[in-house]
Amino acid sequence: MQTSSSPHLHSAAPVSSVMLRVIYALIPGVIAYIGVFGWGVAVNVVFASIVALASEAVTLAVRGRPIKPFLFDGSALVTAFLLALSLPPFAPWWITLIGTAFAIVVAKQLYGGLGFNPFNPAMAGYVVLLISFPREMTQWLAPETVSGHALSFVEAARVIFNGALPPGLTLDAVSAATPLDTLKTRLHLGETVETARRASPVFGSLGGLGWEWINGLFLLGGLWMIYKKIITWHIPLALLGGLFVMSLVFHLYNSGAYVAPVFHLFSGAAMLGAFFIATDPVSACTTPRGKLYYGAGVGILTYIIRTWGGYPDGIAFSVLLMNMAVPLIDHYTQPRVFGHKD
Amino acid sequence: MLSAIIAFTALAAVFGLILGFAAIRFRVEGDPLVNKIDALLPQTQCGQCGYPGCRPYATAIASGEADINQCPPGGEAGIIALADLLGRDPKPLNAKHGTLKPKMVAVIDEPLCIGCTLCIQACPVDAILGAAKQMHTVIEQECTGCELCVAPCPVDCIRMEPVQHDIKTWKWQTPLEAAGGHA
Amino acid sequence: MSGKLRRFPGGLHLDGHKTESTQCAVQRARLPRRLILPLHQHIGAEAKSVVMAGERVLKGQMIARAEGYVSAPVHAPSSGTVVEIGDRPVPHPSGLSAPCIVIETDGTEQWCERHPVQDYITQDPSHLRNLIREAGIVGLGGAGFPSFIKLNPLGKTVDTLILNAAECEPYITCDDMLMRERAAEIIHGIQIMRHALHAAHCIIGIEDNKPEARAALVRALQELHIDGIQVTQVPTRYPAGGEKQLIHVLTGKEVPSNGLPVHIGIVCHNVATAAAIYRAVQHGEPLISRYVTVTGSGVPEPRNLEVLFGTPMAELLEQCGADPASVERLVMGGPMMGFGVHMPGVPVVKTTNCLLADRHLPAAPAAMPCIRCGACAEACPANLLPQQLYWHAHAGEFDKAQNYNLFDCIECGCCAAVCPSHIPLVQYYRYAKGEIWTREREKQKADVARERHEFRLARLAQDKAEREARHAQKKAELAGKTAPHETTSH
Repeated sequence: MQTSSSPHLHSAAPVSSVMLRVIYALIPGVIAYIGVFGWGVAVNVVFASIVALASEAVTLAVRGRPIKPFLFDGSALVTAFLLALSLPPFAPWWITLIGTAFAIVVAKQLYGGLGFNPFNPAMAGYVVLLISFPREMTQWLAPETVSGHALSFVEAARVIFNGALPPGLTLDAVSAATPLDTLKTRLHLGETVETARRASPVFGSLGGLGWEWINGLFLLGGLWMIYKKIITWHIPLALLGGLFVMSLVFHLYNSGAYVAPVFHLFSGAAMLGAFFIATDPVSACTTPRGKLYYGAGVGILTYIIRTWGGYPDGIAFSVLLMNMAVPLIDHYTQPRVFGHKD
Repeated sequence: MLSAIIAFTALAAVFGLILGFAAIRFRVEGDPLVNKIDALLPQTQCGQCGYPGCRPYATAIASGEADINQCPPGGEAGIIALADLLGRDPKPLNAKHGTLKPKMVAVIDEPLCIGCTLCIQACPVDAILGAAKQMHTVIEQECTGCELCVAPCPVDCIRMEPVQHDIKTWKWQTPLEAAGGHA
Repeated sequence: MSGKLRRFPGGLHLDGHKTESTQCAVQRARLPRRLILPLHQHIGAEAKSVVMAGERVLKGQMIARAEGYVSAPVHAPSSGTVVEIGDRPVPHPSGLSAPCIVIETDGTEQWCERHPVQDYITQDPSHLRNLIREAGIVGLGGAGFPSFIKLNPLGKTVDTLILNAAECEPYITCDDMLMRERAAEIIHGIQIMRHALHAAHCIIGIEDNKPEARAALVRALQELHIDGIQVTQVPTRYPAGGEKQLIHVLTGKEVPSNGLPVHIGIVCHNVATAAAIYRAVQHGEPLISRYVTVTGSGVPEPRNLEVLFGTPMAELLEQCGADPASVERLVMGGPMMGFGVHMPGVPVVKTTNCLLADRHLPAAPAAMPCIRCGACAEACPANLLPQQLYWHAHAGEFDKAQNYNLFDCIECGCCAAVCPSHIPLVQYYRYAKGEIWTREREKQKADVARERHEFRLARLAQDKAEREARHAQKKAELAGKTAPHETTSH
């Protein structure tokens, strides 16, 4: 007779289905991404997924761990998605390969695999790429509506794997700096927010052109995850709140030098970061109060890096920096245990 | 260059003085180390460590004469506790001093006992009851399982038995053990 | 006392599965040929047998007496002959055996002499407590703590007596059926408790998924013209029936960690205990039977039975149409806190509220690593951080687990039920608690051993000193005899 310890009732969806639902929630944003930047995004996602699963399988085998349950827990796929969605759409294939392999092998498996990585693997991979290959990592495409060129899936794959653009196209014709990058450069050159936004075609009415849609749909996916109780509201709210408050304060102080809060919320990786990256449970805070501090920290740091740092976006660095603070925050934000004072 | 050397020397002197003063002024009169070590030892008094009892072993550890991995009854938990106390790295049990064993208790095969009292003299915790020419018996509750009574017995009527788990001492296993030791 | 209800942290909404076993009225279980009565059916010291093998016993006769203050006697549930006193498998998570008295029933159900107390209100509370103690009554909610102790206010003022009728675990319906069928007995029992405790207020807390039981209680209160007992519905959310949780919901007070409800002026008893107290005081009947829910996927005719203690569980399964041999898991208690028994032949005891028999169990999913999702912390009614407790228990860092308040864990199982990695969290906590208790015991034993050893060394030293002193004295005497001669020679 079976005599395992109570409880004998389990109502939880397994890790794999949690991860799968995270991927479902990403899909609207991914579609918007493809719509804005073309099929390169899809190629990156597919290629990163393959690399992630392969490196996961190989490292698990080398570590002598059971392969099947861990390969299909979905966590490697989520890492692949998050990393691929952070890369420039036409990043050469080896960028994706190196970043994904680093994320899985070093940032995740070498720390002990699922559940043991102190840093968000996707962001660790991203930062390694950003520091090692700054030229490739900052060469962004212009939204297809701006460049006027739409590449097919095969053409996009050829650019990524062969570096060969279709005849008649030059890289200059299709590439452009991201809105955050453009704004930063122009502000450095002494322009005001107003003139910068009018002068460049990469800006939209809320944030970056196209980026508004991407962020909007990631927001939608994120809200669905909160509704489905896959994540809690704490980290996204605190993160977006931190970003919002910081940008509001500086915008009110000098609206010429500091762009409006809405721009920050709907540009770059704000929504992806708030709902999908910073909420990675393994590397984030676990106490309710800690999640608020952690999220706010990521939001504030992101604003600081975006505004005064050397990089156009700051989600990745902020998440990694706050990952380091997680044990400390968790320690000091333990909830009051029932029946205890204070 | 010279000014830097002078500055650093001065700084070193000042801090040295502060530290020296603090060491005297804020000295904490704690439990002597021997007591703290002794408190962590299992008090089996078995002598497997090479010292005649737990306290002598504690003294030897405190003086640096003995290592922390010489106590089989204390087991791994004991070594780790000692390592924590002394700020050293835990190390595996020194096999020279014995191996890990389940908790044992001495049992006298009473019909065979001739009442020689040798075991009573050997028992470090007075856990054997009896008198000359009278049958002896072990007070199970007080027996530390040190085995010191086994050798002196001239008729080999003492054996060590593992402590039986009954429903009152039973406890839940870790799921790791239950699953065969794989995490 | 009426006021708004509070909410305890965490908790789960679980499928009740209660209607399965409430379809038919409670029946008396068949009298088994043999009754197996463990001497230890309660929290506290084991009872001590007062009968001999071969002795004839009557229904209700005490066969084992309480040993010490925290203990409870055991009575013969039916008349017959004691055939054996010895170790038998008992319902316990270990599956080990423990001392039992085995009675072969004679089928006559002949009662021993009973001493009913009709006018309890004129009785001294301490006399009532003694009656309740002698009747072997323990908390029937599942823990089995001797009830007379919790009816002794110990000089503290008891402001509120709370009757736990929440029955929050899925599947269990024995209290529900008892309230439906014996509401008046429960109310009488509560009156006795109020008298013993001098409690100013009294609340019956019942989950809102038991409207029939609530109606029966309200009706009984009206018919008996009893004031001062309030029936309050609490939202159905597991573990609303946890003592600390129910007290918090009803009064807003928190039982301090390491404290007892009486420290905040509250005493909490189960409704079934109240009914048992009524039978003991006003009918002179000791605790020899209880309602037991027999349910689960392996039981074709789930229902509640009134069962004599000592009845083998297998016989109850058979009476509900189940084949004990085909049951893959037989849980005593509910699915959240009950434990699997090792064989269906073990007897029903005082704390057996439910038998949950299942067949065709799906294979338990393998445990994955903790992903720190925090679902456990959200579900924890004690506001603990289960993932940290797990982390430290897993690593064997028991002192750190204690720093995270391991001992505030009530083992309700919410954390493990919601864990997406299917980690047997509760088992880790039980393991850690067991290890901590064991180390505490070993430490105490080591202290005793040290003391005995030091005493022995001191004694040996003293012996030696005495011996030497004697020796020296003898020598001196010897020298004294020879010395004058020597000195004179010079």
